[in-house]
Amino acid sequence: MSSTTDTRPETVENVLFDALAAMGPERSAITRTATLEELDLDSLDMVEMAQVVEQAWNIELDPQDFSEVTTVGEALDAVLARLP
Amino acid sequence: MRRRRVVVTGVGAVTPLGVGAQLLIDRWAAGESGIEDGCGRCTAFDPHSTLSRKEVRRSDRYTQLAIGATHEAMEQAGWLSGLPYESHRIGCVLGTGIGGIGTIEVEHDTLRDEGERAVSALAVPMMMGNAAPGAIAMRYAITGPNWAVVSACAAGTHAIGTAARLVQSGEVDAIVTGGAEAPLTTLATVAFARMGATSRNGVSCPFDARRDGFVIGEGAGILLLEEAEAAAVRGAPVLAEVLGYGATADAYHLTAPEPGGLGMAAALTRCLADAGVLPAELHYVNAHGTSTPLNDRVETEAIKRALGEHARRVPVSSLKSAIGHLLGAGGAVEAVATVLALGKRVAPPTLNYEQPDPELDLDYVPDGPRRLPGRDEAERVVGVSNSFGFGGQNAVLCVAAG
Repeated sequence: MSSTTDTRPETVENVLFDALAAMGPERSAITRTATLEELDLDSLDMVEMAQVVEQAWNIELDPQDFSEVTTVGEALDAVLARLP
Repeated sequence: MRRRRVVVTGVGAVTPLGVGAQLLIDRWAAGESGIEDGCGRCTAFDPHSTLSRKEVRRSDRYTQLAIGATHEAMEQAGWLSGLPYESHRIGCVLGTGIGGIGTIEVEHDTLRDEGERAVSALAVPMMMGNAAPGAIAMRYAITGPNWAVVSACAAGTHAIGTAARLVQSGEVDAIVTGGAEAPLTTLATVAFARMGATSRNGVSCPFDARRDGFVIGEGAGILLLEEAEAAAVRGAPVLAEVLGYGATADAYHLTAPEPGGLGMAAALTRCLADAGVLPAELHYVNAHGTSTPLNDRVETEAIKRALGEHARRVPVSSLKSAIGHLLGAGGAVEAVATVLALGKRVAPPTLNYEQPDPELDLDYVPDGPRRLPGRDEAERVVGVSNSFGFGGQNAVLCVAAG
């Protein structure tokens, strides 16, 4: 994926939700309030998700950035906080 | 103390002849080939038909093939509606030659082309050679002994032999065993070609004078083994009994078999002794039969050395003539085929056998499936399945059916 400078929250949400949907859960089940546990997502999935973000916005993330995340919304907020 | 007896209650196979063990034996017995364009690919296998989207994403093709075959075996044995024994009394031991090599290659390309940060966090759990038994344990919640056996092209047979020992010894009551391989990748196919192991003309013709190397293939074979009395109590379908197992090493060369076939013959002799079967009581030999000049000559020598005069009477055929060489899955798929062939009382043919090699003078069943004799219908038929790996590792399994 080529990198972009579009960091509008709805764009980031779309990229993130698409990335999570590729990992197994139904796209319709992915909401801000859904927990990673409900979606059967684990720490390896968070690393994969972080890689998608890194490539999309050409930034570097620390796996620790997502170590406390328990919901999709928290993951999204963690990403938004690290985008320029 | 008499050791516990081990029976086969379910089999599954994903091979170039299709998805399903029955399809494998029926098509092989009919003389059909699954080899196309010089390799044995499981084109009919769709991982999504058995695995969830998440499982597919998180597994190498070798693991996906293993799960496909396991699902079939469990369905046949009636395990899908609930495990028949306590979970910790069920194990899983699977063979592979090279595990998730497709993943290794993809991730290495990613590392070279896109840098360290692009390498997947799933790379290690997908490429490791114990990924398949681990995935099967998680999927079916079986918590007994679990590991992978790695011995190149003998791995499937070593796995089944090891698994049978675990049931015999009482360490488990049942076990999922067999092997899986997905080597149709650039590096694996090129590497086997560079060492001169694979056929230049793309024809698998074991024991034929024109043989010039093996045809590489992918697939998986799974057998469910259960302790015989427990299986009888629960009314399980019994397809065959595992009578014996023998394993040796050549201690001779990196890849070439010891030319006298001493190591191979010793494995076969040990297997028959373990089974309590005399050479003259053997009805069928499922050969390793790779279609390489060396293996087929030395294996012929070894069969003669181990079986004596009976070697000239017993039918010897190679499944690799129909599906190619599935490396670490080879012995497993061949064990599945042997179980089903004995059950049908037939020796399936060695395909493409047209030009006899004067040095290779056994009965390779070139002319269609052969009815296996047996003194009468009540007598069970006994067969062995040979597997030999690069590294000089030899394994032979003895099973009886009928």
